[in-house]
Amino acid sequence: MGAIERVFGERIGSVIHESTGKIRSINQKYATPKVKLSGGAKFALLLLRLYLIFLVGLLAYKFWTIIHGGA
Amino acid sequence: MDLFSKLYFNYSKIIKTIKIYLLLAGPGMIVMIADNDAGGITTYAATGAKFGYSLIWFLVLLGPVAYFVQEMTVRLGAVTKHGHAEAIFSAFGSFWGWFSLLDLTLVNWLTMVTEFIGMTAALSIFGVPPLITVIIVILMMLGIVMSGRYWTWEKITMAFCLLNLIYVPAAILLHPSITDVLRVGIVPNFPGGFKAELFFLLMANIGTTIAPWMIFFQQSAVVDKNMKEKDIPWGKFDTLVGAIFTIIVAVFVIIVAGTLLYGMNIESAAQAAQAIMGTHPWVGTLLAIGLFDAGFLGAICIALTSSWAFGEVFGWAHSLNYKVKEAFWFYVFFFFGLVTAGTVVLIPGAPLVLITLFVQVIAVTLLPAALVFLIILLNDEGIMGKYKNTLFENIANITIVVCIIFISSLYGISTLFPNLFG
Repeated sequence: MGAIERVFGERIGSVIHESTGKIRSINQKYATPKVKLSGGAKFALLLLRLYLIFLVGLLAYKFWTIIHGGA
Repeated sequence: MDLFSKLYFNYSKIIKTIKIYLLLAGPGMIVMIADNDAGGITTYAATGAKFGYSLIWFLVLLGPVAYFVQEMTVRLGAVTKHGHAEAIFSAFGSFWGWFSLLDLTLVNWLTMVTEFIGMTAALSIFGVPPLITVIIVILMMLGIVMSGRYWTWEKITMAFCLLNLIYVPAAILLHPSITDVLRVGIVPNFPGGFKAELFFLLMANIGTTIAPWMIFFQQSAVVDKNMKEKDIPWGKFDTLVGAIFTIIVAVFVIIVAGTLLYGMNIESAAQAAQAIMGTHPWVGTLLAIGLFDAGFLGAICIALTSSWAFGEVFGWAHSLNYKVKEAFWFYVFFFFGLVTAGTVVLIPGAPLVLITLFVQVIAVTLLPAALVFLIILLNDEGIMGKYKNTLFENIANITIVVCIIFISSLYGISTLFPNLFG
């Protein structure tokens, strides 16, 4: 019996195992991106990552101001 | 005789063309009209109430914007036979795939909550308790979706799309001055100057024109309908017709609000319908029915979008052509999304205003990614072959996408920090 089964019981444990197994197989299936990225596309994806980091930072800042009684 | 033969030939040709169109119409029309969801109707009503007919020209401009973005999903779906979620996983790998899928699920669920807010508010005008509305809506949606045929679902949903045109008779009942509508509405202008309030409403209108779920929905619907490459021109035409319809609806909501509520601050479409009910009961009633219909269309399409996306990635059977026992998880996911979103509306003291605001912010995290992926995929010759973007399409689409990303980001940020722009 694994650690997950010990914590959640056998039934839920097997569901969790199945789900994680499925997610792992999806990750393997799509491990290699199939699209050929041009320089422009790579640059767009880099900008996208930076943009998302910026947005997450803004959201974190907003939560911080709410927690500390700001607007 | 020759003349009659010619006339008959042309007549038969037209009838045949209409029949083919009606057979192939669906995803484009539905996605565009469902775009006028409860949030969309609220935005148009608020725009009309605040600035009268002045911003009609702006909404007309948004029609081509929506068309150019959405027609790309028709080509991508028909050529790859994959939904957008699967296309992202396959083309960009699992990091971007999971990001898109989970973000889509979250933003879709939050948007569904706003659709239920709209539907319950609309029917409460007629004295229907929210609990009854939620139960009836979920049962109706299950009935439509579980027919086991994509065709049945599509045609019933299209009937609901036609009901969205209810704002046209509502406006006609008010006998608005057509001269005023054309004089004030058609010539581009920024009423009262380019101030923060105007800017916010312009951003809100753009935000409601293209939503992330629309990209995923139309591509999955094209695949589920089994549209082929040869059907692409019809799919594009369907999207064009849908774009025209969506703008007609938006313009007529603005005419109604601009005629009756000019100068008022409107916070929701239900508030607009309630305010109009006192002086023009028929118009108020039509407005409330329209709001319910808008929420209904939005919720059914958005719930399906999430189910399709999860089905594509997890490999579940994910077609409306399957019966429940054949695509169990697809329908369970659909049902679970609807029930949980509907339940939130019924919880006393639930932070519904916060959820409504949060939708815009979360949507902003997904929309740029979905649009950038769309452009990259449409430029990949290996995937798209002869259907890849032409130079003109790239110029138009990249310009539109950059503008949408910039403006929708400003909209999301201004929702987070309302005092940022004064």
